[in-house]
Amino acid sequence: MFDFYFNLPLIVRLVVQAGAVILVLFPIAAACSMAERKISAWIQGRPGPNRTVPPFLAWVPVFVPFLQRLGVFQLAADGGKFVFKQDPVPGHVNKVYFILAPIIAMIPALSTIVVVPFGAYVDSAGKLVPIVLANLDIGLLAVFAVSSLGVYSVILAGWASNSKYSFLGGVRASAQLVSYELAMTLSVLPVFLWVNAPGGQGTLSLFDVVQLQSGVGLHWNSVWFIGYFPVSAFIFLVALFAETNRAPFDMPESESELVGGFHTEYGAFKWSLFFVAEYCHMVVGSGVFILLFLGGWNPLPGLPLTALVDLLHGVIPFATHPLFMGLLGIGIFIGKVILSIFFFMWVRWTLPRFRYDQVMDLGWTKLLPLSIANLVIYTLGIAGLALLQK
Amino acid sequence: MAVIPVDRKPLTFAERTYIPQIIGGLRTTLKHFFRPTVTLQYPEQRPEIPKGYRGVPTLVKDPNGREKCVSCQLCEFVCPPKAIRIAPGELPADSANAHVEKGPQAFDIDMLRCIYCGLCQEVCPEEAIFLQNQFSMSGYTRAEMVNNKARLYELGGTLPDQHFKWDKKKAAEEHGNAH
Repeated sequence: MFDFYFNLPLIVRLVVQAGAVILVLFPIAAACSMAERKISAWIQGRPGPNRTVPPFLAWVPVFVPFLQRLGVFQLAADGGKFVFKQDPVPGHVNKVYFILAPIIAMIPALSTIVVVPFGAYVDSAGKLVPIVLANLDIGLLAVFAVSSLGVYSVILAGWASNSKYSFLGGVRASAQLVSYELAMTLSVLPVFLWVNAPGGQGTLSLFDVVQLQSGVGLHWNSVWFIGYFPVSAFIFLVALFAETNRAPFDMPESESELVGGFHTEYGAFKWSLFFVAEYCHMVVGSGVFILLFLGGWNPLPGLPLTALVDLLHGVIPFATHPLFMGLLGIGIFIGKVILSIFFFMWVRWTLPRFRYDQVMDLGWTKLLPLSIANLVIYTLGIAGLALLQK
Repeated sequence: MAVIPVDRKPLTFAERTYIPQIIGGLRTTLKHFFRPTVTLQYPEQRPEIPKGYRGVPTLVKDPNGREKCVSCQLCEFVCPPKAIRIAPGELPADSANAHVEKGPQAFDIDMLRCIYCGLCQEVCPEEAIFLQNQFSMSGYTRAEMVNNKARLYELGGTLPDQHFKWDKKKAAEEHGNAH
């Protein structure tokens, strides 16, 4: 079966892989909307959506009521509603850009996943191979470059809607995303200074970052980078909240001031595209955070995936099989992503929204100087280490 | 009135970073996350009705199954929104309660007009009308929202009676001591 798959033309394989990734990413992003509702409900002492059940399934005991209480069918009903309800285009909008904006929102949201590795396996030659759609050397740069294109959809939506609330949302979004982009990019530079130690081959690949967090037992490389770069991790996380327009930085939406911000004039399927794009950004953003600072697909610090598989080999004979190892890695990675998304939601239902000038102030006068200082200190430190090693 | 000056201390560095406060907030919400929910699952679970609750007005019978209303129409007159309509009538001579003389032939309460004030219950000399625990009424037509006599007795049921006023009156009459 593997031979058959690997003998397919490259283009077919890539299409199949990309389709598979989207088939995983899209449902996760959609399920996030239900998770958001349930988590907000539980934090507020409510049960959340727990009523919807299709009549033809209502007779099944235990399992179906369990799904019903989790709101799984509500998710399906909501999704179906978005597809089938009327999709009005208001008369006062610029039709071309109004329709283009949600499509543009989806493109960067789904395409950043291309360079994000989400697992690894040992091939027949004994070499660790990342599971990724395209293992580019410019990995992280590509993520930054493509994901920042997402702001265009927000600006376009805000402007094309021809309404003051949408316009204000779009303006806020552009200012906020530009401000936090800087701090975010500067915050990860120390990590790549460390990865690209003097004398080695330069790379921005996220796979190589994870490799340097995969030490076995007590080793310099066993510490996840959040231990080496706590300030970077903090700045990256805060900037990630701002970049994904999540509370407390959800300025572009801020429903209490701007009705719905940039998507005020949108409804039905076009609105749901914005919605899913936001969650896709969250999934990919937290994936990048996990790769950079939380050891990627390694289950524990000091216990990388390869070591875990070797351990499991004693119990399950097929543990070293590439398929098992790959699925295990992907499972651990997705588990971490889900925990991280829970953190996003947890923060959203804890903190009030910042005022707009506070957001700008925090970005330009706090995070940016902090990340520059962080970069300078780590540059000197890494240079010092390199000198010591000589 | 005493004036209490409150010192506004400048925020410490830790407070200005927001971080300890954010962590405190996260801890609070996480605590609530694991607490049981407080929601009442309404149609299955019903709220506990406090004593003296003024729900839908109903007609009641006494423990002997006799209808208590004597159609004096006091409730009809006192009803502020004029929700009550009574058609008084004579009781047939062969009925067990013939000595009561009067009873309602029809008794309608229009629940679209009723304001649940409870004056009908207060004014009733026979303790025949009570605002009981039912709090939810719905219907598809206006006609459905008018409770007729049969419906009022169905909703009201039987309540305990302290007096058995008409039984005593009948017994007294039989002893030749009508008043």
